[in-house]
Amino acid sequence: MNNAVKILYPLAAVTILVLLPLLTLLGPSAEFVFAVIIPCLALAAFFSGFIYRVVRWAQSPVPFNIPSVGGQEKSLPWIKDDKIESPGNNWAVTWRMFLEIFFFRSLFRNSRADLVAGQRLVYGGSRWLWLGGLAFHWSLFIIIFRHLRFFTEPVFPPATWLTNLDSLFQFSLATLFLTDFIILISLTYLFFRRVVSPQVKYISLASDYLALLLILGVVISGVLMRSIFKVDVDAVKRLAISMITFKPAVDSNIGLPFYIHLMLVSTLIAYFPFSKMMHAPGILFSPTRNMKNDSRAVRHINPWNHPVRVHTYEEYEDEFRKPMMAAGIPVEKKQ
Amino acid sequence: MFDKGKVLGGLAIFLCLGTFPLWYIAAQGKAAYPPDPVIYPGSEQCVESTEYMSKYHMQLLQQWRDQAVRQGDRVYIASDNKTYDISLTGTCLKCHPNKAEFCDRCHTYNDVSPNCYNCHNIPPQPAEVLGGTK
Repeated sequence: MNNAVKILYPLAAVTILVLLPLLTLLGPSAEFVFAVIIPCLALAAFFSGFIYRVVRWAQSPVPFNIPSVGGQEKSLPWIKDDKIESPGNNWAVTWRMFLEIFFFRSLFRNSRADLVAGQRLVYGGSRWLWLGGLAFHWSLFIIIFRHLRFFTEPVFPPATWLTNLDSLFQFSLATLFLTDFIILISLTYLFFRRVVSPQVKYISLASDYLALLLILGVVISGVLMRSIFKVDVDAVKRLAISMITFKPAVDSNIGLPFYIHLMLVSTLIAYFPFSKMMHAPGILFSPTRNMKNDSRAVRHINPWNHPVRVHTYEEYEDEFRKPMMAAGIPVEKKQ
Repeated sequence: MFDKGKVLGGLAIFLCLGTFPLWYIAAQGKAAYPPDPVIYPGSEQCVESTEYMSKYHMQLLQQWRDQAVRQGDRVYIASDNKTYDISLTGTCLKCHPNKAEFCDRCHTYNDVSPNCYNCHNIPPQPAEVLGGTK
């Protein structure tokens, strides 16, 4: 796939997804399809696909002890070991995993090599990806958590607290969410990183752009729906609650922007288990992250090892003790 | 399956969190009663139609605020050519004095916190009108 096509195909796919909800203008039954049936199918695909892939991963054996380490392994008592960089027990592994998941610790050490004046090779830190990725993921989490106001009745109090914190700034009379800004800026950066830098563009696949464009579509449609093309938020909540209580009822006043947002979200979560977004559970299944660096203390048994018949020295001596003693060869046991 | 306990435990936590709204709503048991704002007796006709007001009252109020505060123009000409005095206390609250039963019901339901009353005074509340659901 050449470079233009691998961006244009996902862009075309997302455009089609944005246009599809125009069908809701046909009438109530089309609205029911887009408001209830498609989201339910997407949720089914999300949960079943997610569980299927996690179970498949859990069935894969790990042949070697391969944690990726950057520090001294625990060995002799007078040699200082690095507990986080070379975790030797479950607590250290958990702590390192926590820092990895919540703060992208290993990405913080991302570095780049540049030729200065065409001659001198210089290494330096490169933390923009870390910053952009962290800002994006945390914003996404806060935004999803804020959405609980539509799915809980009475509203889950922590969702209200987080919403209040997020809306410290006010724009005109409407609430302005900080995370809406941050996620738009960070997603734009993450997208243009794959377009502007030739090296990153070269290794990017169509699926990388598809994931980014889908999330961008979700965010843009959501922000527009909130601030410009307003929808009936009360009707949205009634729809969500009616679905959760298994009595789906669609209000025909909701408005087209909502269906566009919902279509993009449905596609995103249905696509989730088939995509690189499975890095969310995948981080927990990475042997380089979830294993202890204790190979000097504990022998790692390869689970696919065939049982090997070995002939130990003790058995050898038992077999040849008499001839050995007769020839004057020292033995461990005389009998 | 390797590490069966950990994997199945993790999946169970994932499913519990993923379906959180289902059991939260079931535990609270209040979802069957969506809010129904109480229209105070004798004030069925607002400045615009009920559908328009329920969907766009926030935009109308913002327009009113800008017009009254920034331009000093306190006359609103409705779509049926009636004129109204632009005033939250004098016009809106005259017909809807019951904040708790009118404004707050939908606002609480949808978890929106408009900042009208950061500046405006909440007038003395009338006795609760029975009607609608809580």
